[in-house]
Amino acid sequence: MILGVDGVAFTYRSAPVIQEITFDLRPHQILAILGPNGVGKTTLLKCMNAILRPKSGSVLVEGTNLLTADRMEIARKVGYVPQRCEAGRMTVFDAVLLGRRPHIRWDVTDADIRIVEAAIRMLHLEDLTLRYIDEMSGGELQKVSIARALVQEPRVLLLDEPTSSLDLKNQLEILGIVRQVTTDHDVAAVMTMHDLNMALRYADRFILLKDGVIHAAGSPDVVTPETIEAVYGVSVTVERYNGFRFVVPLAPESA
Amino acid sequence: MHFADGAIPAEYLGYVRRKNLWILGGAVLLFLLLIVSISVGAVSIPPYDVFLSLVNGTIDRINVLLHPGTVLTVSNTDLIVWNIRLPQALAAIVAGIGLSVAGVAMQSILRNPLGSPFTLGISNAGAFGAAVSVILLGAGEMHSSVANAVTLNNPYLTTMVAFAFCLLATAVILLISRIRGASPEVMVLAGVALSSLFTAGTMFLQYFADDAQLAAVVFWTFGDVGRASWQELGIMALVTIAATLFFVANRWNYNAIDAGDETAKGLGVSVERVRDIGMIVAALVSAVIVSFLGVIGFVGLVCPHMVRRLIGDDQRYLIPGSCVMGGVLLLASDTVARIIVAPYILPVAVLTAFLGAPVFIYLLLAGYRR
Repeated sequence: MILGVDGVAFTYRSAPVIQEITFDLRPHQILAILGPNGVGKTTLLKCMNAILRPKSGSVLVEGTNLLTADRMEIARKVGYVPQRCEAGRMTVFDAVLLGRRPHIRWDVTDADIRIVEAAIRMLHLEDLTLRYIDEMSGGELQKVSIARALVQEPRVLLLDEPTSSLDLKNQLEILGIVRQVTTDHDVAAVMTMHDLNMALRYADRFILLKDGVIHAAGSPDVVTPETIEAVYGVSVTVERYNGFRFVVPLAPESA
Repeated sequence: MHFADGAIPAEYLGYVRRKNLWILGGAVLLFLLLIVSISVGAVSIPPYDVFLSLVNGTIDRINVLLHPGTVLTVSNTDLIVWNIRLPQALAAIVAGIGLSVAGVAMQSILRNPLGSPFTLGISNAGAFGAAVSVILLGAGEMHSSVANAVTLNNPYLTTMVAFAFCLLATAVILLISRIRGASPEVMVLAGVALSSLFTAGTMFLQYFADDAQLAAVVFWTFGDVGRASWQELGIMALVTIAATLFFVANRWNYNAIDAGDETAKGLGVSVERVRDIGMIVAALVSAVIVSFLGVIGFVGLVCPHMVRRLIGDDQRYLIPGSCVMGGVLLLASDTVARIIVAPYILPVAVLTAFLGAPVFIYLLLAGYRR
């Protein structure tokens, strides 16, 4: 087990947002957190690296409780890719280099530069090394953001809707990279997602949130017409095609 | 996670070298400008003589320090260089560096391109403090309309009260942001509100002042680098150097905050604390400069943006680059201000605003992002 989340609860102005969230992950696993808008997916993700302070519970990464660790220590264990990041006038290389910050003492070393170069190659950004990120497309920027999280050399990657603003090709590429990273580098990844079919294609563990609590959790088998109906309030059928599962809505709300 | 097979890309090293060259070139330009600035004026001194006077004067002064009892021999040239023009030129450089570096930090911390000591009300708070000291506390009045005819009976009182109000403005901004959570929008808006409040306060006081007091207040608000004595220059230099080192030490934090608060937190930055402490340091250095020299607008706002255009937003280069640019801009402005309507000497603040506003409008039209 690389990540253990136990009894995490978060309240906003005394109203509970998420409660009693408990699960664990092993290296190489990708967890998809599913649920409707406003159910607390992003809140849960932010609680896991203490961007938000949970009211109770613990988040263990390799035995260290992140909720009592200092920020810098958390940043060496967990890489976080927010839904969007700001693009200033910085080159791709420097933007990725920023991810070394939790490891840099005063100045950048050759080792830092080597790590950044390798991460840039891994994400196929090498032709853009000296491009300014404020001149890049959404997909390229998302890759920069992921590369930045990778050079933190974390044990766990948290990704908040990593594919929300991307076209089909970029969605497949980004999720493929997440898959590759988790297997090549012995890390676990947690993603919040809206696209159920993309989640079914790339994740191997699932949590369906309803009203701030876990409604169902486990292997792809937990994604059933019943759980989807209960969580999203939409009737669906789950079909199989070419070995992949697909969620097909039957009757949209308006019909 | 490990990346064992990374290489060091030559093109990146070349790119870093180019940025360092820009900054180095700026530093050389600053030194040449210092010589030129000292050489021009009512009595013009050839640049080479200025250079000699600076070098020999420095050696002589070290000698006097090492061997007490040695008598310092000074020519007329030395007198003009060391007693009149050098302190003024150095004050311009120090103030340029201080205001510019405070502007860079504020723009980053507040995530707002308009961040600067001027826009956040600190300068206006200082002006209000000066008005209070002159009109209510009777610290000075003006007897003639020619510059330098102002008698501030007690210049230290004016400086102290101006400084106190600068700090008060900062404290209020921080207090408001503490109550509402240190969000950049709240800080910026609070600064704008305070700025108007202090301007209104200054106008109120001026309305009830007599002619001489009014002139003294107005004169004070024209920021002028000629005011600083060697001792005041020393205080400003110490504070500016300390603040600059502080900002340089925080360059990675500011880079992270530039990438967004959440990204920064994910990278281990305690965003709220960095924001609060950075604001205090930036306000402190601005307050010291404003209280000694008066209001000098636009340097803190424009210099960082000029450097951003040249070498980008990376704070590792932006901070030293802005220091150099701030020094160059204020020293150049002061040099021009001294000769443009000779024999009158304009206060430098008049020129920075003349220079700063068009540059700022150009930047707006050219479509900068931050």
